[in-house]
Amino acid sequence: MVAVIDYDAGNIRSVMNALRLLGQEAVTTRDAAVILSADHVILPGVGAFGEAMERIRTYGLEPVIREVTERGTPFLGICLGQQILFEESEETPGVRGLGIFKGICRRIPEGEERKIPQIGWNDLSYPRAGRLFNGVPEHSYVYFVHSYYVVPADPLVVTAVTEYGAPLTASVEQGNVFACQFHPEKSAEVGQQILKNFLSVRNGSACGKGTEEKRISGC
Amino acid sequence: MLTKRIIPCLDVKNGRVVKGINFVSLRDAGDPVEQGEAYSREGADELVFLDITATSDARRTVADMVRRVAERVFIPFTVGGGIRTVDDMRSILREGADKISVNSAAILNPELLREGADAFGAQCIVLAVDARRRRVHPDGTPITGRNGDVWTREDGWTVYRSGGRIDTGQDVLAWVEKACALGAGEILLTSMDADGTKKGYDLTLTRAVADAVPVPVIASGGAGRKEDFRRALTQGGADAALAASLFHYRELGIRELKEYLRGEKIPVRL
Repeated sequence: MVAVIDYDAGNIRSVMNALRLLGQEAVTTRDAAVILSADHVILPGVGAFGEAMERIRTYGLEPVIREVTERGTPFLGICLGQQILFEESEETPGVRGLGIFKGICRRIPEGEERKIPQIGWNDLSYPRAGRLFNGVPEHSYVYFVHSYYVVPADPLVVTAVTEYGAPLTASVEQGNVFACQFHPEKSAEVGQQILKNFLSVRNGSACGKGTEEKRISGC
Repeated sequence: MLTKRIIPCLDVKNGRVVKGINFVSLRDAGDPVEQGEAYSREGADELVFLDITATSDARRTVADMVRRVAERVFIPFTVGGGIRTVDDMRSILREGADKISVNSAAILNPELLREGADAFGAQCIVLAVDARRRRVHPDGTPITGRNGDVWTREDGWTVYRSGGRIDTGQDVLAWVEKACALGAGEILLTSMDADGTKKGYDLTLTRAVADAVPVPVIASGGAGRKEDFRRALTQGGADAALAASLFHYRELGIRELKEYLRGEKIPVRL
């Protein structure tokens, strides 16, 4: 069962619809017990960093997210759900993020003919192999809507980048914690494949038991 | 590289598509879900549903349609028509639409843009603008707009509202700049002069608005040939181009159009 964390983020319905299309049983919840017992956890997100963190804390979700990611439950942050996994953001200086990834969120650099937010379909390049992108050819297009992007302290966690004035981090992977800046739930067939790949990741505690698990990094 | 977007627009009345594509494979050409799926399969980058229902229970019908579309269509879509309040916006976004578009309601109450952007983020708020080239006296005498502005430029455009029936007297560039400052995250710009002519988008208008605002601009009105899209996306400076009847009546296929654009070195998703 997939737990989609409900903290009033705007794209929950779309994420649920995409999971349903894949035939995946899923619930939206902010119940710690449900999240901790899920096979996969998704943290969606649309909106601003500060407000999102405030709601995460109001609902008491910070320790739950920390625990479920430490347990090795496959975890996917989407869009703002990726950004708040980092330590802080230029969008809301002074507000502490979840800090599961080291690094910060920066505003997309201003530039000639470059509009902010980036809205639309952009292609992916892979600095290294990421499990979310099995069967997704390089330069596939995915849908972005964002003004900020993550800059991880450890560049080795970056599995996909997209070019928008500069190479922007599009996806990260660290152990069984995955995140993407684009919206797989709105990225047509490519997005479906990415979600399918995420759902095929098994809990990190099973590391080394099978061919698939052997590929898990960081465990 | 960020691609230019091709966006079919579907007119919807009482939850049914009024002018729908006539794919033989469709069981029900009036079903917004089937239409949306067909366009998505063809390679549309986004969809716009424009609700033209005039009845008082329209809101519920629209919310129901949005829910059904979101369950089956996995590309972004915008819903517009008759949205007057933040609650209207919420009821549509909650059901799975990615953006809402407002037109007359924002003209009558510009604060709606700010309230919407504060509640949902500017990326959800599309301002639809119906623009008409200003009529000037043949001898060049300045004309006075309804709000007292004196216009001398021949190349200006005025904002119309209520489906193009009412001249608001506002200058298009002044309105879009103000709207973006308030919270509009994208402009859906329709040229009333070009709309329906199939002679091409109004490139001067599109370029003027694209240069005036920091947000993406969707060109609309006048598409007749593939070249019109190329021009809107290059000379016009648009980020996306929208068309309705051209796609509906199969005069131009989206895939064929995008292949042409790629051949013309315009980045598109194929």
